[in-house]
Amino acid sequence: MSQLNLCLLRWQWGCLLVCSMLYATQVSAKSMPFNLTEGVTDISQQVYDLHMTIFIICCVIGLVVFAAMFWAIIHHRKDKGAQAAQFHENTKVEIIWTAIPFVILIGMAIPATKTLIAMEDPSNADLTIQVTGSQWKWHYKYFGHDVEFYSLLASRQDQIHNQKKKRENYLLEVDYPLVLPVGKKVRFLVTSEDVIHSWWVPAFAVKKDANPGFINEAWTRINEPGIYRGQCAELCGKDHGFMPIVVIAKPQEEFDLWLAAQQQKAIEAKAEEQTMLAMSMDMDEMMQLGEQVYNKHCAACHQPNGEGLAGVFPALKGSQMVTQDVAAHIDIVVNGKSGTAMQAFAKQLTLKELAAVIGYERNAWGNNTGDVIQPAQVKAAMQQKDQ
Amino acid sequence: MSSSAQHQSSDKATNYYVPSQSIWPIVGAVGLFLMALGAAMWIADGAAQYSWLLFFGAVIIVFMLFGWFGNVITESMTGLYSAQMDRSFRQGMSWFIFSEVMFFLAFFGALFYARMIAVPWLGGAGNNGMTHELLWPEFVAHWPLVTTPDGTTTTAMPWQGLPLMNTVILLVSSVTLHYGHVSLEKGRRTETKLGLGLTVLLGIIFLVLQVEEYIHAYQEMGLTLSSGLYGNTFFLLTGFHGLHVTLGTIILFVLFCRVLKGHFTPAQHFGFQAGSWYWHFVDVVWLCLFVFVYIL
Amino acid sequence: MSTDAAINTGVSDDAHEHHDHKPSGFFARWVLTTNHKDIGSLYLLFSFAMFLTGGAMAMVIRAELFQPGLQLVEPNFFNQMTTVHGLIMVFGAVMPAFVGLANWMIPVMIGAPDMALPRMNNWSFWILPFAFSLMLMTLFMEGGGPNFGWTFYAPLSTKYSPDSTAVFVFAVHLMGISSIMGAINVIVTIVNLRAPGMTMMKLPLFVWTWLITAFLLIAVMPVLAGAVTMVLTDKYFGTSFFDAAGGGDPVMFQHIFWFFGHPEVYIMILPSFGIISAIIPTFSRKPLFGYASMVYATASIAGLSFLVWAHHMFTTGMPVAAELFFMYCTMLISVPTGVKVFNWVATMWRGSLTFEVPMLFAIAFIVLFTIGGFSGLMLAITPVDFQYHDTYFVVAHFHYVLVSGAIFSIMAASYYWLPKWTGYMYDDYLAKWHFWCSLISVNILFFPMHFLGLAGMPRRIPDYALQFANVNAVVSIGGFAFGLSQLIFLVVVIKCMRGKGERASAKPWEGAEGLEWEMPSPAPYHTHTTPPEIK
Ligand code: HEA
Ligand code: HEA
Ligand code: HEC
Ligand code: CUA
Ligand SMILES: [Cu+2]
Repeated sequence: MSQLNLCLLRWQWGCLLVCSMLYATQVSAKSMPFNLTEGVTDISQQVYDLHMTIFIICCVIGLVVFAAMFWAIIHHRKDKGAQAAQFHENTKVEIIWTAIPFVILIGMAIPATKTLIAMEDPSNADLTIQVTGSQWKWHYKYFGHDVEFYSLLASRQDQIHNQKKKRENYLLEVDYPLVLPVGKKVRFLVTSEDVIHSWWVPAFAVKKDANPGFINEAWTRINEPGIYRGQCAELCGKDHGFMPIVVIAKPQEEFDLWLAAQQQKAIEAKAEEQTMLAMSMDMDEMMQLGEQVYNKHCAACHQPNGEGLAGVFPALKGSQMVTQDVAAHIDIVVNGKSGTAMQAFAKQLTLKELAAVIGYERNAWGNNTGDVIQPAQVKAAMQQKDQ
Repeated sequence: MSSSAQHQSSDKATNYYVPSQSIWPIVGAVGLFLMALGAAMWIADGAAQYSWLLFFGAVIIVFMLFGWFGNVITESMTGLYSAQMDRSFRQGMSWFIFSEVMFFLAFFGALFYARMIAVPWLGGAGNNGMTHELLWPEFVAHWPLVTTPDGTTTTAMPWQGLPLMNTVILLVSSVTLHYGHVSLEKGRRTETKLGLGLTVLLGIIFLVLQVEEYIHAYQEMGLTLSSGLYGNTFFLLTGFHGLHVTLGTIILFVLFCRVLKGHFTPAQHFGFQAGSWYWHFVDVVWLCLFVFVYIL
Repeated sequence: MSTDAAINTGVSDDAHEHHDHKPSGFFARWVLTTNHKDIGSLYLLFSFAMFLTGGAMAMVIRAELFQPGLQLVEPNFFNQMTTVHGLIMVFGAVMPAFVGLANWMIPVMIGAPDMALPRMNNWSFWILPFAFSLMLMTLFMEGGGPNFGWTFYAPLSTKYSPDSTAVFVFAVHLMGISSIMGAINVIVTIVNLRAPGMTMMKLPLFVWTWLITAFLLIAVMPVLAGAVTMVLTDKYFGTSFFDAAGGGDPVMFQHIFWFFGHPEVYIMILPSFGIISAIIPTFSRKPLFGYASMVYATASIAGLSFLVWAHHMFTTGMPVAAELFFMYCTMLISVPTGVKVFNWVATMWRGSLTFEVPMLFAIAFIVLFTIGGFSGLMLAITPVDFQYHDTYFVVAHFHYVLVSGAIFSIMAASYYWLPKWTGYMYDDYLAKWHFWCSLISVNILFFPMHFLGLAGMPRRIPDYALQFANVNAVVSIGGFAFGLSQLIFLVVVIKCMRGKGERASAKPWEGAEGLEWEMPSPAPYHTHTTPPEIK
């Protein structure tokens, strides 16, 4: 018995330790749920129910098995004078404990099959959205509406590096969230431009891998308006931990308004692009805008100090291309370099932003070429490429 | 390394020979290490000096093989091995061949997956209609994959001609080898030499024709290692097979030399048998290749 | 000396004393050896060194995850730590430990003089230090080591991987060669070198489980070799196996990898089953319940393991029919595994139990492995796996089966056979401390990970949202405590090896049965030079 007492004692100590640690490390106000979310869709509810069912079944089986074992541990001990029996097989018992788990498994498999088949039917959708992952951002495109945009992490580097206080939704916030209508069947066409990512929003019980070169389908029908957060769920390189997903679910009318506004914005942006061609930036403006764009879009790889990561991402500081060959520099930023992590930024940035970031790179970190790049210059380079 | 700590019992049937310390395993480990390091750095870095490391490692491995097999042959000739020992070698060899089968299976698996799943899906089959519609609208699924989704084109290797000839050659070589084997078991030395010698010759002819085929593919057909999945599977499967034929030919050649030196008896010739199993295995792989890579 | 054991070695031990000449000199003894016991010891020591190395990397991971934000390491280095931690623990710690145990115990248990192919045995071992030198070397190369997870999914491991990937590929090739040769040796030894009268159905279960494990190894290690080879050609030679543009498919990589990978995880647990099946009867003083069904269960697990690989790939977008097939097959594995668990409990039932340290670890194994198995079953349910996949729930699952499963069984085996290996009893006081500290800390370390996963924390991330902070801190503290606890084990082993402690008798465990207990402790350098007679 002494051993068991010892065991219990140690466990009490353990629990005490855990509690005190929990108390000591109270760094955030937000508390964590300890169970799977029930989510906000019928499917996610079914998944939750399934989760609870199998969990409870496992607990019960576990209790029975461990109870038998601890019964033996407590009662059939040598120091209590137990004599060992010598039986060592019993076909009947063995058949029973093969058959019972089998039956239990069938009981689990039936609802699981039903739920799975429901989940895998994306037909008759009201709205289709193409979701494209790339290192390390999501791109959303609304089919049938002229709306598409990139969605990037909104938590800032100084928060990540513990220089500023972290905001409430640290690492779970983006600049442009995906907006979806409530009560409608939304189909996602998930794919990727580079490595495999995985688009996951727990509240919808949707997790689908974004495989480059292939399109996977998934769907959801959200029951309640709200803000739902998720993360990329497949290791996709250095900043895999930094590509969250935020979905805002709005009632249909609000959604329609939002969509119309986006379409309007797209038209305006096109018009602005034209006027921008005629404009010219001075050095200060270029450097200021350039730095912003750089930190948001380029620093993840080439690092804020422009030194890159040896062997992985080239340094732009002192790079021959960046300090000399303007045409090649514009080309690689605009068109990327296929087969490498350097992606084409033509779609992601406006002409002005492109010009600014290229100009910034040519003057920052002691590159000091003195070059000022104008939107028109970038546009010209693009057109040349098209011919 | 010949001082043997040998443990014999009075009971002859269950006597088992345990060799004493040997230098060869560590030599082999160093050799493999140098080869791996050399190959890896050469590939990753492209610097030619690493190819020397690879070469040096290979030389060590050859040295080790000579030494190691030399020991085994001497031990076997001195009669240290029992029938049980022989069984160990035989079983070891069979399991080694099984592991080779699984290695080829990985590449055949890739071939089947590509033909039955990846390529059709890219062409819009299965639950991947949208893949075709949005990403590869131009692509038409077809095997052999002479036009890849990104538009690279190539030509498929026809099975008539060289491949057919090579099939015949390998099949005949299996027969000649078997003939040599049977002759050995009957103690007919001249026929053994003839059968084995012919097999080696056929192996060499096969390899020459294979090289011929590769040159033809690269220079005239535009079929290369990098021309899409057809070229990938074609070259990796036939390439690894060719590597095995090369190895097999070398093994058979060594066996040939040993027969000339009068090794092997009708009763005891494990080395011969192992070499012949290996050859037949390589032959079977070719048949699968011929059917799945060339014909179908 | 033999009491009621049904086995009679037929030889007295001192009759063979003159064979016991160990080679003199360090190099001759350890580097040139052909002795299965020396090679076994080398494997075990190597494995322990790798466990500490992989563990040190886990400590880096846990330290970085102690708090939200990036404090210690950059994300790229963090990924290298995760990857190399996984690779080292799997290929460097668990597998070599099992091969070491196989080397030491199988010939002794089946009445063989040595392994069937002793020189090759030594080759298998000596390849490993070189393979892991290559692997670890990459961490110091420009661009860093492998950072794509131990599963090295393409195209992250092809187009987007660091320059050192070729070195990683060849390191894996070397490990594969070593494992395959080791496995061939095990199979041939068991099939061909059993003492007369040692029929297959008399084999100790450790031998049986290893026989089946060795078969799995020979079947799947070559497939891994194929996978890394395709990664190599995709990255460096312009092939497009895993690139849709050339007609390939990144998901194909996962099929090939997991065709290896799933049997691999059973390679890491079947020998554990054998160990537990040896220890539980010993300390229950009662024969193992259901010997035959244990053998059949092991074989069924191995057979089924070839049909379940895609349960790691439920989110990749397979057709529903495939998802269902893999879900059903995966669930089925619970049945034979359950049989094993029930048999162990039935063995303890109405036994005469004592709780020496090997038994403590074995009992902890049964409970914690079963918990890990349950979470495995939950993961097998496809629709729910969509929520669990790639979260800490999975991390919790596999650490329960690997750390409190495989590693605990290795600890149990070490305590069980240390007296036989070294001739000295382990320090019981320290060993008990080791056990209780490990048991408690391993649960503080891995149990809360279930909650993290359910709450939505993805795996393989260096930084996380604020709500996960508390639980991660607890986990990290558990991690440090578990790491420190293993240092106690180090001390225990060193003490035994240096001959500090009580002398061990030939059969230190009252209830133990089997040939290994019929010989003196430490086991003589050469054993069973004449086959024992098995009645
Ligand atoms: C030793 C290693 C080991 C073992 C033994 C297992 C055992 C099992 N594993 Fe595990 N698994 C891993 C190692 C292991 N696993 C690893 C390393 C990964 C992650 C890889 C990676 O991505 O990096 C993984 C991941 C993994 C996944 C993928 C998760 C994901 O990524 O989404 C799944 C899904 O099905 C799974 C299932 C199972 C099942 C069903 C078992 C079963 O064998 C368990 C069977 C046991 C029991 C069920 C308990 C005892 C039984 C009873 C008491 C009988 C009665 C019970 C019932 C009828 C319920 N495992
Ligand atoms: C058998 C295999 C095995 C073992 C034993 C372990 C042991 C441990 N693992 Fe491991 N783990 C894996 C296999 C294993 N793991 C695999 C396959 C992965 C997936 C990798 C991937 O995603 O690709 C993984 C991933 C993984 C992660 C997830 C990483 C991520 O997703 O980002 C974490 C995080 O906590 C973790 C932690 C630990 C800890 C704390 C231990 C501890 O048990 C380790 C304890 C041991 C020691 C600590 C060593 C002894 C002590 C010293 C050397 C002295 C120094 C000690 C101190 C300073 C305290 N592991
Ligand atoms: C996902 C990672 C990533 C991001 C984000 C990224 N780059 Fe790159 N970049 C690379 C890689 C990798 C290369 C090297 C390509 C090669 O192999 O030549 C590169 C190359 C370059 C080069 C050429 C450097 C040289 O000396 O050859 C320039 C200039 C460049 N990037 C600019 C940018 C700009 C501007 C941005 C942001 C608007 C950006 N990059 C964002 C990964 C990235
Ligand atoms: Cu994108 Cu992980
Ligand atoms: Cu698995």
